[in-house]
Amino acid sequence: MSTPLPRALMIGLFGGIAGLHVSLVGIVNTFQTRDLIADIVTIGSVLPMLIAIMVGWLAGSTPKHLPPASRSSTLLHGAAAGTVVGLILAGLALLVNSVNLTWILVNARPQLAEILYFEQGPGLGSVIIIGGGLLLGAAGAGLHLLPATIARSVAISGIVTIIAALMEPFIGAVLRNVELRAIEGFLYQSGGLTVQGFILVFVLVAAGIYGWAKRGDRAKARVAAMPPDRRRAGKLIAFAVLFGILLLLPQIVGQRLSEVVGTVGIYVLLGLGLNIVVGFAGLLDLGYVAFYAVGAYTTALLTSPASPVFNPELPFWAALPFVILAAAFIGLMVGAPVLRLRGDYLAIVTLGFGEIAREIFKSAWAQPVTGGAQGILSVPEPLPFTRDPQSIYYPILFFCIIAAIAATRLAASRVGRAWNAMREDESVAEATGINTVKYKLLAFGLGAAFGCVSGAFFGTKIGVVFPDSFNILVSINALALIILGGMGNIAGVVVGALVLVGLPELLREFAEYRLLIYGVVLVVMMLLRPEGLLPSRSRRAELHEVSDGDDDDMYADEAGIDTGRPVVSS
Amino acid sequence: MRGRRIRFNLVNLFLWLLGGGLLAFAGFGSFLTLAEGRIQPSQWQSLVIAGIALGSVYALIALGYTLVYGILFMINFAHGEVFMWGAFTAFFAATALNDAGMMVSNPVLAFFLVLATSMLVSMLVALMLERVAYRPLRGAPRLVPLITAIGASLFLQYTARGFYGSGVRAYPDYTLFDGTISIGFLSLSVKQAVVILSAVGLMLALYVFINRTRTGRAMRAVSEDKDVAAMMGINVDRIIVTTFAIGGLLAGAAGILYTLIFNQVLFFMGFLPGIKAFTAAVLGGIGNVIGAALGGLILGVVEQLGPNLFLSGYGVPSPNQLKDVIAFSVLVLVLIFRPSGLLGRKENT
Repeated sequence: MSTPLPRALMIGLFGGIAGLHVSLVGIVNTFQTRDLIADIVTIGSVLPMLIAIMVGWLAGSTPKHLPPASRSSTLLHGAAAGTVVGLILAGLALLVNSVNLTWILVNARPQLAEILYFEQGPGLGSVIIIGGGLLLGAAGAGLHLLPATIARSVAISGIVTIIAALMEPFIGAVLRNVELRAIEGFLYQSGGLTVQGFILVFVLVAAGIYGWAKRGDRAKARVAAMPPDRRRAGKLIAFAVLFGILLLLPQIVGQRLSEVVGTVGIYVLLGLGLNIVVGFAGLLDLGYVAFYAVGAYTTALLTSPASPVFNPELPFWAALPFVILAAAFIGLMVGAPVLRLRGDYLAIVTLGFGEIAREIFKSAWAQPVTGGAQGILSVPEPLPFTRDPQSIYYPILFFCIIAAIAATRLAASRVGRAWNAMREDESVAEATGINTVKYKLLAFGLGAAFGCVSGAFFGTKIGVVFPDSFNILVSINALALIILGGMGNIAGVVVGALVLVGLPELLREFAEYRLLIYGVVLVVMMLLRPEGLLPSRSRRAELHEVSDGDDDDMYADEAGIDTGRPVVSS
Repeated sequence: MRGRRIRFNLVNLFLWLLGGGLLAFAGFGSFLTLAEGRIQPSQWQSLVIAGIALGSVYALIALGYTLVYGILFMINFAHGEVFMWGAFTAFFAATALNDAGMMVSNPVLAFFLVLATSMLVSMLVALMLERVAYRPLRGAPRLVPLITAIGASLFLQYTARGFYGSGVRAYPDYTLFDGTISIGFLSLSVKQAVVILSAVGLMLALYVFINRTRTGRAMRAVSEDKDVAAMMGINVDRIIVTTFAIGGLLAGAAGILYTLIFNQVLFFMGFLPGIKAFTAAVLGGIGNVIGAALGGLILGVVEQLGPNLFLSGYGVPSPNQLKDVIAFSVLVLVLIFRPSGLLGRKENT
């Protein structure tokens, strides 16, 4: 049983590198200010512990081609890997304490060592780090020894509990808002869970997951056995309840969180539009921000009294049809030059378009029209709704619902099928009589329309339009959220926007590492679950059919999202 | 069938109008600028030389794109970040050597030390990138590695931000490279000369490596046909790793040369040079090594000269703000009119 030991040590090494990264990038320091359990454990010091547990769990698992390991060797491997993590972090703490590296690594401050040592000083602290790594690694490996359902309940409820602690600003605010201060006081204290709150959340979630694992199949079978009309009625009721909650949401969550919900809504709109271009038609557009910018600028030009040359001062709603027209026009302008480019070339050229748009809006040359770097001020409110986050929520919600319905219907229509065929294989689609030029332009035009409406609301929501709000990161943001949620799926867009836009807005600690986390999300999703969290059914089938094939060429042909070089199709 | 032809013609017509319009705009602008004699001859000359210096940096980065594309048919979107890591490493190495007094006592050795460390670190970053983000996805649908590359690019960028801070850091000055040289009627700063000479030297070394060594021959074979190369006993995986390593080395060198010109480092600095170098690679014909060098030089000169030449004739205020717009327009125009690039193989079109 010696072969898995080097593997365990290797896993430990990678875990240690992850620990170094998390520490030096500043995440540990930042989350030191947040408590997991009030006044006992901070989230910052839990992070290295989590890494040790994960590493132990990974090291304790046996690769498929080896016979199952004995109990003691599983624990041993976990402990070995955890110890490696502990050693590496202890080394980091020692280094940080003895050498001044802050001129290179801004986070390598003595404070970091303090956190890693659990504020026990170098001597005892090192023992704690290494011993803790050993124990936690063994504990992580120990999860394999428990029955699978129990292990899963424990692991998931552990994660949920940490999320519950992180979400204190959100859950606490909601509880205060709906006058449930007693519960809030019971669960939370000074920005973290209380001891009793921690135990309660952990036990409840674990029991819930355990119960679902035991009984869930029976419940699903009962639903499946229901007659179709009753199932439909059930679905309708579910939709009605959801709609009711959506309508009351600003009142439930209160003023500050409505702001966040509004931002999420704007990104849902943006994601739905990008989803048409990328998810349905398979055209990877990295310059989607151009549409968003055009929407915001057109709105500002048409409505704002501060617009430099041209100010008809239309009301917001009268300007909106022109915004959509401008969008369709700009969609065609961007779409036409890239019609013949496939795949990665298209991505880079559209990225170029996005940057061109921003640079032009920002330049002194365009200043007479767009206000240059100062932007356009005093964009009016979308009356009768005001800029108040609890009020502007409703038009945004309305357009999100319209867009979601439109996207669903489009996907199921002839157009949607044509896009589907085009995404799968452009040449075959063309051979079967699909006019790819038309459908590509349609995808760009519709995507642009959604993006422009989103931009219009962005402009009216914050009341000013600056060129620097429209950088490449907006495109990346929208792309990351549809990939996380699942390309081609509307529910996926909503989930993606909630996780990638909502969470960072809520957790100011995250805001700084938001793009770092996006990067990790994009890479990890592509490596582990390219279909996203909530994939559309056909997309999941496609990608899994693909991953069964071994032959490279067959792979590319079947997935066929696009072919290689810049092919001119005429 | 007839309707189809007309539609295609409409698209073509639109593209020709767009491209022709842009070219005419640039041409007429140049005519106006030259006719009005807005800029002194010495200014033209210094702009061209600055363009060549910048272009040789682009060329070094573009080589990384082109080599990887030639072998994997994949755009290594994160290559700009490899360059940025090289620049940061060069910054820290130079600062350390400066504090140790070596920049004064032995400046030539110090320069080569800095160059070596930054090339090494960039190479390591490129290798890690290949191992973690690209190798597991080899053979996956094309968009998948591209999205991973975007993710990896964000990760590298914001890791640098977390590690090194979000501010601009000013570079220590190499007193060795102060002053100017005059060759006949040409005069250029020593820094520019160093940048151009180093870039040319590295490109020559690469050319010899690809054309004269065994590994180079294997690289060419793999880029012709991976499967056949594998059958001939070439270790394709090793060649791919070598390619990424070379791309990384060149990007690291580009990192220090770029900081020589601009004298500062920032975590976001890899983005624009990365895209522009990609433009250069496409301009020269992606997959073509000489093309990448040529494309880099042309793009550098166009970027430096373009705003003043094309735009100032129209009386555009501060035309240099629009230099990125010109660079990206070049990309769009090339892809419309000659997607295989200047030196690209014809069968690519």
